[in-house]
Amino acid sequence: MSEAMVRVSDVHKTYVRGKQKVEVLHGLTLAIPRGDFVALMGPSGSGKTTLLNLIGGLDRPTSGEIRVDGERIDQLAGGALAKWRARNVGFVFQFYNLMPVLSAERNVELPLLLTGLSAAQRRKSVAVALEVVGLTDRARHKPRELSGGQEQRVAIARALVSDPTILICDEPTGDLDRRTADEILGLLQLLNRDHGKTIVMVTHDPKAAEFARRTLHLEKGQLLEQAAA
Amino acid sequence: MTRTGFILANLWRRKTRTVLTLLSVVTAFLLFGLLQAVNVLFSAGADFVGATRLVTQARVSFTTSLPMRLLPEIEAVPGVQEVMWQQWFGAVWQENTQLIFFAADPARLRRVYPEYVMPDQQWKAFEETRTGMIVGRNLANQYGWRIGDKVPIASNIFPQKDGSKAWIFDLVGIYDGKDEEWQRNTNVGWINHAYFDEANQFGSGFAGTFTLKLSDPDQAQQIAQAIDARFENSPDETKTQTEKDFNLGFFKQIGDIGLIVRWILFAVFFTLLLVVGNTIAQSVRERIPELAILKTLGFSDRSVLGLVLAEAAAICVIGGLLGLAIATVIGITIGSSGNFPLAVDERVWITGLISILVLSLAVGLLPALRARRLSIVDALAGR
Repeated sequence: MSEAMVRVSDVHKTYVRGKQKVEVLHGLTLAIPRGDFVALMGPSGSGKTTLLNLIGGLDRPTSGEIRVDGERIDQLAGGALAKWRARNVGFVFQFYNLMPVLSAERNVELPLLLTGLSAAQRRKSVAVALEVVGLTDRARHKPRELSGGQEQRVAIARALVSDPTILICDEPTGDLDRRTADEILGLLQLLNRDHGKTIVMVTHDPKAAEFARRTLHLEKGQLLEQAAA
Repeated sequence: MTRTGFILANLWRRKTRTVLTLLSVVTAFLLFGLLQAVNVLFSAGADFVGATRLVTQARVSFTTSLPMRLLPEIEAVPGVQEVMWQQWFGAVWQENTQLIFFAADPARLRRVYPEYVMPDQQWKAFEETRTGMIVGRNLANQYGWRIGDKVPIASNIFPQKDGSKAWIFDLVGIYDGKDEEWQRNTNVGWINHAYFDEANQFGSGFAGTFTLKLSDPDQAQQIAQAIDARFENSPDETKTQTEKDFNLGFFKQIGDIGLIVRWILFAVFFTLLLVVGNTIAQSVRERIPELAILKTLGFSDRSVLGLVLAEAAAICVIGGLLGLAIATVIGITIGSSGNFPLAVDERVWITGLISILVLSLAVGLLPALRARRLSIVDALAGR
């Protein structure tokens, strides 16, 4: 885990809301080694999700540098950044964000439409991803026919299916009961431990953070400490 | 799954809304197809006649007859190859079905209108039978008339000398058109002018209009001017124009069909624009987080724009093609009945396809641009 998968250097992020400028991150510097599982914690407004969005290439810093797997993603233009996300990042959100009109397997297949894979290859990849999250028997079900935990598993399968280098999870258990949350966190732990996925997870839940290898605390846009999990 | 499958799945997200929107598009294009066909029929309905003939009418109105004594003078104008005269008969079939019937000299009719194709013996019979009449194939088929039938036709203008408006004619010939276009227009009947002229109560020696076949169509304008100049300041001033212009003028008695059709279509499409545009815009508004997720997964701004445009286009294309197809079937049904040669032909389809394209862009572009501009972070945060 010595090589840095994510390197955030002196990053500032300022949002303009109407006439107001809000600086959310103040010169934040951070390195996340390849194969790490990091929990980002902190009070609301501390900049956790902003940092997560920057690492995932959903947003750009106002200043500073962000490298993921050696690539300066803060300098990528819109189209190139979208392609980079498709190749390198898997996203898991609190409210799953599945497409309600598509079945579980179609949801998982969605990112693969951006690849050159044949229909047969896509089907195989989808089957593997659903197998990993233990939802093979629910492949044909629409999201509304699944429980919250199952929906989140589908979302994880969708995040995994294109074999990304990093998984970005924003409160992945925030909408789940304790038992289901632990199952999902166990699954993330397995993906980190057995499949070598680098995971960055934002959470408010200290119990969820315990599943990570280490926890980073943010407050007022700055990193407070780095503690081994 | 393909992108097309994804687009269709999104369309069926709200089935009722999609079906209702589709129905409105289908209805609009059905109306478009039929009205455009009417427009083509009326505004270009005379295109097929070509420019080889002129029609001379009374300057006041074509409803005013011209005396037959003008005939030799018209025939004497250089460039005039043949002249026939014709009189609108005001034919009515049975209760109150109006038919297009003219009284004409059979031999001259045949020479001036070589586009009418009929066996020699039937032409001969028409010339030799004073009470004879010939009808176009469509008209004969519509009423099941056969050669040899005695057909009672009333005239709402011309009574016979005994005061009766009921005339009986012998069907001696059924003509076809020389090509498809002329065949579609075989809904006219002709009676023998000599008999009509002698038997009607209003007197003889008059023609409604003269139709002139020219030896050189390029001379049409000069010949028309020469004829009108010849009768200028006489009691029978004339107005000579091409057969096409004459027909258009005739149709415009009803009103400017083209203008009416254009205004109706404008109203229909403006309403459609609001209906479909609102549906697509609403559909995009409802799916802001989903569109943001697509971008998160790596779909580019352009891809998302394309997806939304494709959804709008799918509604317009499916509905438009269905509407035009139904209009075509209705057009064929009406056209084959014979009386009204309505045809939703390739001209209507080409205009229809262009309209579908324009409509797709008009209703899809703004929501698609909105989807393209969507900020992932703001959309996911619900801003």
